[in-house]
Amino acid sequence: MSVEAAPRHRDREALVATALLLGLALVLVLLIAVPLWSLLSKSVQNSNGQFVGLANFSRYIATPSLVASLWNSIWVSSLVALIVVPLAFLYAYALTRSRMPGRGLFMAVAMTPLFAPSLLSAISLIYIFGNQGFLKSWLFGASIYGPVGIVIAEAVYCFPHALLILVTALRLADGRLYEVAEALGTAKSRVFFTVTLPGARYGLVSAVFVVFTLVITDFGIPKVIGGQFNVLATDAYKQIVGQQNFEMGAVVGLILLMPAILAFAVDRQVQKRQVALLSARAVPYEPKANAKRDLALLAFCLVIGGVLIGMLGMAIWASFIRYWPYNLSLTLNNYDFANFDPQGWGAYLTSLQMAALTAIFGTALVFMGAYLVEKTRPQPLLRGFVHFLAMLPMAVPGLVLGLGYVFFVNAKWNPLGIFYGTLVVLVANTVAHFYTVAHITAVTQLKQIDSEFESVSASLKVPFWVTFRRVTLPISLPAVTDIAVYLFVNALTTVSAVIFLYGPSTKLASIAIVHMDEMGAVAAAAAMATCIVFTAMAVKLLHLALDRLVFARFQAWRKR
Amino acid sequence: MPNHAVMPSAAPRAPAGSFLSIRGLSKSFGPFQALKSIDLEIGEGEFVCFLGSSGCGKTTLLRAIAGLDRQTSGTIMLRGLDVSNAPPSARDFGIVFQSYALFPNLTVAANVGYGLVNQRKPRVAIDARVKELLALVGLPDQAMKYPAQLSGGQQQRVALARALATSPGLLLLDEPLSALDARVRLRLREEIRALQRRLGVTTIMVTHDQEEALSMAERIVVMNHGVIEQVGTPEEVYARPKTAFVADFVGRMTFLPGVIESETLVRLGDQRLRVAETPGFATGELVALGLRPEAVRLVDGAGENRLAMRITALEYLGSFVRATLSSDGAAPLTLLADLPFNVMQDRAYIPGQAVMAELPAGALRVFPSRTGA
Repeated sequence: MSVEAAPRHRDREALVATALLLGLALVLVLLIAVPLWSLLSKSVQNSNGQFVGLANFSRYIATPSLVASLWNSIWVSSLVALIVVPLAFLYAYALTRSRMPGRGLFMAVAMTPLFAPSLLSAISLIYIFGNQGFLKSWLFGASIYGPVGIVIAEAVYCFPHALLILVTALRLADGRLYEVAEALGTAKSRVFFTVTLPGARYGLVSAVFVVFTLVITDFGIPKVIGGQFNVLATDAYKQIVGQQNFEMGAVVGLILLMPAILAFAVDRQVQKRQVALLSARAVPYEPKANAKRDLALLAFCLVIGGVLIGMLGMAIWASFIRYWPYNLSLTLNNYDFANFDPQGWGAYLTSLQMAALTAIFGTALVFMGAYLVEKTRPQPLLRGFVHFLAMLPMAVPGLVLGLGYVFFVNAKWNPLGIFYGTLVVLVANTVAHFYTVAHITAVTQLKQIDSEFESVSASLKVPFWVTFRRVTLPISLPAVTDIAVYLFVNALTTVSAVIFLYGPSTKLASIAIVHMDEMGAVAAAAAMATCIVFTAMAVKLLHLALDRLVFARFQAWRKR
Repeated sequence: MPNHAVMPSAAPRAPAGSFLSIRGLSKSFGPFQALKSIDLEIGEGEFVCFLGSSGCGKTTLLRAIAGLDRQTSGTIMLRGLDVSNAPPSARDFGIVFQSYALFPNLTVAANVGYGLVNQRKPRVAIDARVKELLALVGLPDQAMKYPAQLSGGQQQRVALARALATSPGLLLLDEPLSALDARVRLRLREEIRALQRRLGVTTIMVTHDQEEALSMAERIVVMNHGVIEQVGTPEEVYARPKTAFVADFVGRMTFLPGVIESETLVRLGDQRLRVAETPGFATGELVALGLRPEAVRLVDGAGENRLAMRITALEYLGSFVRATLSSDGAAPLTLLADLPFNVMQDRAYIPGQAVMAELPAGALRVFPSRTGA
């Protein structure tokens, strides 16, 4: 038989997929890897760009004020973790293991800090316990400006993050373990210590690390309420913005990276084991009614929820007050931002613009990137590399990434320097900052879709991009909007990453808050924070409504 | 292009010329060899089943033929053309998966027409073709429904129609019936077979269900650990299994250890059994004698190829009863015997009863000893 070679089919689909993957890899290298590399290299250079080894680090250790900040950061972050995690655990316990009324409402209340810039609670604290605060006497002469204020404000800011982790951990309980314990006549307290606590221990470890990292890398709260109390994050700001000492800023950035990387590593380990904990045949735990327990937990949740709502409400209320504390009549004067900041409402509009661009470009990049990683076949090594880059920002605090961007964009060799201070850099940085969670959401969604769709398409000679447009994207619409809303809300509230990157015409609302607070216009700062909170919440509510009403019509095929 | 795939094939099917030819095909996943130098010829219009347990390489082979997972080495020729390195879209096949893989957001009609839209055919032609295909698979009035509104069996029919829509030369079925319940599975078996006969499309089906393979295939390819154990018609594979693995995988077989005495005689302990043939075995060689449970007969009185045994267990299996028989003595032999329902009714066997089992010489097959000693 004569063997005739088939006409050499150029595998057009593989070529397109490879080209797209290369493009994506290039974008992610620019967005994530190069800025981090800039930070690393800057920390071992002198101001002339010459390699000086660890000289900057030894100078850091030799400077007592800087080392003091390191110590301050460590003990404050540890203290916040020690306070928040037990409280969040009890709150999560009430939400998952009791039949306390209003569990959904309490969950929603606990999430409110996520919709505000971290420094909102610091502003509220100033109103309550500050020099003019109505509860100042409660501090027995201590000042809220310093560690006390930082710890309380950070506790509020971190609470929802810890709660989300612990609720997830406690939900993963095997009901049969409790039935067995009860059948064996085990005392309730012993059940708690032998079943409940061990089941959630990985979540607890994870929550401690996450809270520690959030606090040590947060910039807004210590800036607003820290007073003379220095921490690493404010040091980095002073070194870069105040003294233009980029090398020392890079060293501080690297130090901030350590706990985050540790937390990331611990979290990865913990997640692996958490999954193994629950077998496929486990039965979900159904709490039984217990009036005494439920009442006690309700009281606890009312207190915590009250504090969280109070923190939010205080700033909102204060933003409408004419002259605290002497004239408590209501006014809209504080919203006339032009009186406090040259940008006026411009900062708010810039924020909206930045958040919208981040949501649009970020969602497109993340979802198409996740699709290429998850659903195409060629170039397994390249796909692995892209996935690694996508997971990297999880281990990088916003402040550190922001520093990396400063060094990268300002590097003399970099032609992209023309974008410094423009929305382009702000959007790029924000997309990179929040890339990982969005990527995980997209990958999780794509994994739920039958992996044979692409095989079927290939057999029907339909290229994968047609299937992406006609099938994968429409099916994934809810996840896509989840990602867009997540990016929008976070772009709106972020402070730490963008504080180094804004330019004269691109000052964001969250930065305007910092500036107005610096100038003593705390009421205007509260007003701007209120605008952000209301916008973020409105977007979230719009999302929920859209999900219910509009998508339901496009998704008729989900009904049986 | 004429819709030749839907027209009943009037001409007699082409003899098994080489439609698909596989030479030395291997596939490794790291150190694990999923396929070890597979050679296989499939003729035009044939219905072939790849049969084996999970992990035997049957799905890997199917995906290599489709081009979905590229082989490590070896060649695949389709109609005399070397397609070894061609992408799936350049090969001429339709595929149906166990999961159906129907696009949930598209209607049944849009699913079936999915590959046609891309061929830039006029709307009217596509609609007509979709209608024709839905009628073919017996779902003429479900065009506007979404997959989630159909039963599993209906969904699999839609998947079949979609795979046939572009009139492929080769139809690949990857465990298409495994996700269905037993009754639907039986009906679809017949339907797929009838459809394939009508269209004359060369078809390869992967299955782990030997009954499915026996009832549907013209030829069965039995696979184990990445190699082909036997290729043959269902009758050949069942009645003349080449290896002990095939014998035990396709149907049940019990094995008794023995020693070759002559060309037609095998010794089991102190008994001698006559066999039809001992191909390629030397006198004195240790062998395993294989026997299907349904070939064993319980008789009265001693004689050639008869063993005195005792019933140790009876398992009720509906239309027949499977008896476990053991011989007495130091090295007891154990074998299974299927007793038809009417025999059980006549004789009313009970556990512990002594019986005489006849092992017909024609049903005894000689395999290399499993212990290898």
